[in-house]
Amino acid sequence: MLARRIIPCLDCDLAVPQGRVVKGIEFKQIRYAGVPWELATRYYREGADEIVFLDITASSDRRETMKSVIRDTAKNVFVPLAVGGGIKTVEDVRGIFKAGADKVTVNTTALKRPDIIGEIAEEYGSQACVVAIDAKRRDDPGRDRISVPTSKGESWFECSFYGGREFSGVDAIAWAMKAEALGAGEILLTSMDRDGTYDGFDLPLTDAVCKRVRIPVIASGGCGNAEHIYEVFSKTGASAALAASIFHYGEWGVDEVKRYLAERGIHVRV
Amino acid sequence: MTIAVVDYGVGNLFSIYNALEHIEAGPELVTEPEELTGFDGVVVPGVGSFGRCMRQLSRFEASILESLEGGTPILGICVGMQVLFDKSEESPEEGLGWISGDVIRLPDSVLVPQMGWNTLSIKKEVEILEGISDQDFFYFVHSYFCVPKDRSVLAATTDYGTEIAAAVSRENLFALQFHPEKSGQKGLKILDNFVRLTRC
Repeated sequence: MLARRIIPCLDCDLAVPQGRVVKGIEFKQIRYAGVPWELATRYYREGADEIVFLDITASSDRRETMKSVIRDTAKNVFVPLAVGGGIKTVEDVRGIFKAGADKVTVNTTALKRPDIIGEIAEEYGSQACVVAIDAKRRDDPGRDRISVPTSKGESWFECSFYGGREFSGVDAIAWAMKAEALGAGEILLTSMDRDGTYDGFDLPLTDAVCKRVRIPVIASGGCGNAEHIYEVFSKTGASAALAASIFHYGEWGVDEVKRYLAERGIHVRV
Repeated sequence: MTIAVVDYGVGNLFSIYNALEHIEAGPELVTEPEELTGFDGVVVPGVGSFGRCMRQLSRFEASILESLEGGTPILGICVGMQVLFDKSEESPEEGLGWISGDVIRLPDSVLVPQMGWNTLSIKKEVEILEGISDQDFFYFVHSYFCVPKDRSVLAATTDYGTEIAAAVSRENLFALQFHPEKSGQKGLKILDNFVRLTRC
């Protein structure tokens, strides 16, 4: 039986030579967590099923730094590496794969030019193309929105882009379905309302997307402890849970989270 | 002591190269068919569609077959496994047909692709799976799977909606549906087993 995956996420600020892992709250209030390849290697040894690097500096002059982060990591880490942030062209994608990544995640560029999803899938396969969606809850259901019952009544979710700085007007759930149709192999679904809050995953959002696509969904945003991961796996169809802060600041080891889940009947790789 | 990784122009060979280097197997990327001689083992990777892999791989067909018939251990990985079979539902191109059987789509009852870690059910004792048990997990990413006509080639299966061929072996021909280069320490163990076979 296929195991549910635990994925540590490393948000990387590449303005310094080796890069540094940072983590914000609701996409703001940045805090420093460590050196990317060192943290990735630690998580690999603890049993991480996959590692995600997101370049949050996302400007073109940092690209070479990201490639060296990937190269340093890939020497010691033998689980899939997904890399995203600031990818604009298939040429960018080639550079990332050449450095040793196994998947790329696209967000802003895919919203602005959806064809890039098919272009990546054609060259590297669907499995290598993850569409990342940063979803913000909106409590004013308008027309042509997919509404979801939440604690605030009926809500819809709007895609943000440019690292949470701008909003696209696009319905996040509808976009997930379109991304699947265009050739995405996986959806990385982040709740902007929960990100960095430690309040737990956005279950209505995650559930709504899982029920509408037939590709794996990675739940992200809000994980504060192992119980939250148990909750998202037992109440939604999420294939994987992504977390950052709980691993970075030593509150939980990846191995501890997995033991917690296994004891409660969740099928994980231990 | 060198292992050839056939670089026929599909996808991303860095991971397999890197893993082989990590276990000191002396990997070498081979981009031309005539260079595929004198290696102790040959790895045939594969990503993307069956048809694209076959079109790109066809110029290597004769030289890989020559290695195979000369007794060199050959290891196909993922789509590099699927192309060893006769044909696939994914594409009209014919496969290499070195193992008889078809490649068919995963059942509708499960999410496609299968993406993630799954356990094996070991069907026969083979050197390439030495040190591996039914409790170990391996990383799979695929939408199609191989159905060999002769079940005796099955070394291990996995369960994903139905019984999926995870590893096949016949004499010096080996193939894995999962990615050993992305399957942690146990995946490296399988690659190491393959490399040891090439030293016999």
